[in-house]
Amino acid sequence: MWKWLHPYAKTEKAYRLCITLQPWFWIGAIVCLFIGTIWGLAFAPQDYQQGDSFRIIYIHVPSAILSMGTYVAMAVAALVGMVWQWRTAYMTMIAMAPVGAVMTFIALFTGAAWGKPMWGAWWVWDARLTSELILLFLYIGVIALYGAFEDKQQGGKAAGVMALVGVVNIPIIHYSVEWWNTLHQGATISKFDNPSIAPEMLWPLLINLLGFALFIGAVTTVRLRSEIIRRELHRPWVQALASSYYENKRT
Amino acid sequence: MQFDSFSSFLSMGGYAFYVWLSFGVTGGAMLLLALQSYLQHKSLLNTVVVEQERRARVKKARDNASM
Repeated sequence: MWKWLHPYAKTEKAYRLCITLQPWFWIGAIVCLFIGTIWGLAFAPQDYQQGDSFRIIYIHVPSAILSMGTYVAMAVAALVGMVWQWRTAYMTMIAMAPVGAVMTFIALFTGAAWGKPMWGAWWVWDARLTSELILLFLYIGVIALYGAFEDKQQGGKAAGVMALVGVVNIPIIHYSVEWWNTLHQGATISKFDNPSIAPEMLWPLLINLLGFALFIGAVTTVRLRSEIIRRELHRPWVQALASSYYENKRT
Repeated sequence: MQFDSFSSFLSMGGYAFYVWLSFGVTGGAMLLLALQSYLQHKSLLNTVVVEQERRARVKKARDNASM
């Protein structure tokens, strides 16, 4: 059943797949982010309590959801690498880590800039904020651990174990607003049967969520290509690829 | 359109600083990440080519010396 997947364990095949996917990710990301952001900033109605400051939601919620989503994707890649011994899986894991870290940073930063006018503080040591900060440290830990190994296959395994152990933080982030008393408001869009947001506010949010996801895909493909080249430097196909790139640049 | 004029759009109902700070930093972070990824990719390819040329030079010198 999974046979169609196997060729992509080969680095050259994975590299080609990245090249094919990349333009679609970029086009989709730019279109969605453009529409979603303009709609959210200028056309969505004001919040009856928070006025126009609520518009930060259009970047805060997508980046926060996807900082967790990217972490889960990274952990799945680590698991695949461990179970099936795919080197490309570890490369994918390490390609995603910086992207997820940037998403986490954006979620924390926009949260602070939203917290200041609404709660009166840039930062509080609250369950939701603290667990999200730990997520940032987990990403940094995975990147640093991988970088500490000379043998990148070993580094991938070590960082993979760390990524898998860190998954425990994901449900903690998600349920933190229910388990503890917190300043942070509860979930907005994950209750599809009874969403606590008006549809004309929800649509731009969903479009931006898709835009952020496609952006993550786009940057991940670029970074995965770099990682493959770095790990396969002496393979003939990489050598041929680099010289043809150079030829193109000269002509 | 929720705003009457462009200047009221910019002022964001008094929350201009927080809203534009958030969107600015987000856009900047995403741009920097994309840019860094592309530059890294380019410099990697360059390294491979430089190494290829170095090997070619070494080989040529060795061939000349053995002649």
